[in-house]
Amino acid sequence: MFENLAKAGKYLGQAARLMVGVPDYDTYVQHMRVTHPEQTPMTYEEFYKERVEARYGGKNGTTRCC
Amino acid sequence: MTASSSGATGKIAWFFVAILGAIALGYIALNRGETINAMWILTAAVCVYLIGYRYYSLYIADKVLKADGTRMTPAFRHNDGLDYVPTNKVILFGHHFAAIAGAGPLVGPVLAAQLGYLPGMLWLLAGVILAGAVQDYIVLFVSTRRDARSLGELIKMEMGTVPGIIALIACFMIMIIILAVLAMVVVKALTHSPWGTFTVAFTIPLAIFMGIYLRFIRPGRILEISLVGFVGLIAGIMLGGQVAASPTWAPYFDLSGVALTWSLIAYGFIAAVLPVWLLLAPRDYLSTFLKIGAIVGLAIGIVLLMPDMKMPAMTKYAFGDHGPVWTGSLFPFLFITIACGAVSGFHALISSGTTPKMLANEKEARLIGYGGMLMESFVGMMALISASIIDPGVYFAMNSPLAALNPSGLADVAAAASATVSNWGFVVTPDVLTNIAADVGEKSIVSRAGGAPTLAVGMAQIIHGALGGLGSMSFWYHFAILFEALFILTSVDAGTRAARFMLQDLLGLINPTLKRTDSLFANLLATALVVMAWGYFLYVGVVDPLGGINTLWPLFGITNQMLAGIALMLCTVVLFKKKEQMYAWVTIVPSTWLVICTMSAGWYKAFSSDPAIGFFAKANQLSSLLASGNFKPNAVFKSQEAVERVIFNNQIDGFLIVFFMIVVVVMIFFTVQAALRHLNPIKIRRLKFLMHLCLPTRKIFYAAQCIKQAHNSRGLLPS
Repeated sequence: MFENLAKAGKYLGQAARLMVGVPDYDTYVQHMRVTHPEQTPMTYEEFYKERVEARYGGKNGTTRCC
Repeated sequence: MTASSSGATGKIAWFFVAILGAIALGYIALNRGETINAMWILTAAVCVYLIGYRYYSLYIADKVLKADGTRMTPAFRHNDGLDYVPTNKVILFGHHFAAIAGAGPLVGPVLAAQLGYLPGMLWLLAGVILAGAVQDYIVLFVSTRRDARSLGELIKMEMGTVPGIIALIACFMIMIIILAVLAMVVVKALTHSPWGTFTVAFTIPLAIFMGIYLRFIRPGRILEISLVGFVGLIAGIMLGGQVAASPTWAPYFDLSGVALTWSLIAYGFIAAVLPVWLLLAPRDYLSTFLKIGAIVGLAIGIVLLMPDMKMPAMTKYAFGDHGPVWTGSLFPFLFITIACGAVSGFHALISSGTTPKMLANEKEARLIGYGGMLMESFVGMMALISASIIDPGVYFAMNSPLAALNPSGLADVAAAASATVSNWGFVVTPDVLTNIAADVGEKSIVSRAGGAPTLAVGMAQIIHGALGGLGSMSFWYHFAILFEALFILTSVDAGTRAARFMLQDLLGLINPTLKRTDSLFANLLATALVVMAWGYFLYVGVVDPLGGINTLWPLFGITNQMLAGIALMLCTVVLFKKKEQMYAWVTIVPSTWLVICTMSAGWYKAFSSDPAIGFFAKANQLSSLLASGNFKPNAVFKSQEAVERVIFNNQIDGFLIVFFMIVVVVMIFFTVQAALRHLNPIKIRRLKFLMHLCLPTRKIFYAAQCIKQAHNSRGLLPS
């Protein structure tokens, strides 16, 4: 029961962050470990800054509708 | 969807959904002329959405697109943990919905309520099932199959360079019109409203505080600071009530439309050149979470309160009379007034943007693309309900231009408005108008066009009523205004930036140094040009004595629906290329309908001889008035300059419409050309012959590719 609640909470947090353009950090770290073990993954702070720039920096074009 | 199982229980459950939907629709049909409960509308809508999703979208997935769950998506192919991440479908649904749902579905249905609730409701349902959701879904699917390319690139790739560039220029101009019309909704909502203006202004220091916190104090802790921000917003609304009541402070926030316009233009420029983390990002967090919360709250409120619809099913304006909110007949103007919520071309830009980069399995595109749009249509339906549960007399007094409500310029505006609206057949007393204004904490609610204040009155009634009177009406009204203004301002800020990058790309064709996004000069120049462009339309809309919404909203609707038509044309070309042309009616039918609606609406707006509709006719009428020398300043036109300005603006709007119509004709030409190229049987035969010749080489090539792909996927997939 509590496990399920914790899981639901984690999903909600992920969903809320992705709504504003910040994907899951743990998934990123996992990805870096598996595919680029020779590189050091960014810290959460660096990761966050990078994502903010990417969302609004213009490379992705429009992120919202009317 | 458990019911998508082929089991008998599933079939029985869908049978009951169909029966329930039929009963609800039948009840609405049989009780015309009597007041009916909003729950009937909501039930009918939800049943139609469910059935459309279960059957039509599945048909598109299985038969038309032949979605293949084993095919690798760009999220896996380019997985970088950042842009390209295979994402859980429910989480991605939230992301996609937050990106597509904006102010559009809230404003359009409110304006369309002048015809009564029935035409808007039917178009929201039919439009979303057959056009809007189809467009969102197929564009998402096509983009996923093509490495998550953007709409512009897809058009360039499938139809040629010229249509690609035309589509980009059209997108840029649509963006400018959207920014102007959204900014105008904010101006109309905040004019002479010290409470609203204060709360909206208060969000700027609040967002800057959040930005500094996120950057330096506890970097990246979005959720905790958003909670703090939310508490700040509530405090801001309460403080706003105090400010509006204070004789010393209220005048500072009691601004005229023109003053608000200049503030918004200055704000748009400053906000778009500030670093994104300082203002844009934190305000985006606040507005996104507030938007989702307000939508959920509204849905719960309607279900708890079960309000009656006070607007008739169809008013006399549905049968040819010129309505005061916007002029023109039901066909074609209903179909461009409600754009977002039924079908919105702008979604094609979102569906080909970030979402396909995160799609884990192309079978999930159905839930995200089709389902996400159904959700937006549901939001539009709630906006329509909110506008229809308030008294029709109040609705028309709020949404008509002042020139129509108070043509002789009487001092007692409420009395003049109630006399005019009652004369139209929607009886309302001046007391009702002043009482509602007092309830929501405003000096006057007369001629607060633009949709947002009407929706806010409706929302305040629903939430206030559903919570059993918790909080005051005025609090909920300003909560609703703030919620709309906040995400419109975020759109203005982000949209100005996006348009700036588009413009810099286009300017780069003339002078390569202007393309550099790191150059301060190029940045300031492009931002200033973009702000001036939408600022121009905003300014002329606000000073237009005939009501700018009447001019700008059709322009927005026509261009947005034209973009949808173009996106569906692209989908048609892709279906022909896939040799699925016998299923291409799925995109040809809505595309044709949109072309018919937008071309005839465009034709009316440009060339109708009726000055109430046609831009050029209006310009000519006013020109001949000036030429005859009979012009005298009156309540509507205070000076000769005002007339000249309206003439000039109408000509600009007319030329814009003609430009967009030419764009559509050119795109139809390129679509037919591309589709025929894929149909050409001789070419196919030649191709097949060549393929036979190359068969041995092809086999070797494929084998090599398979080995390579297997290697790649082993490396890319997290074990």
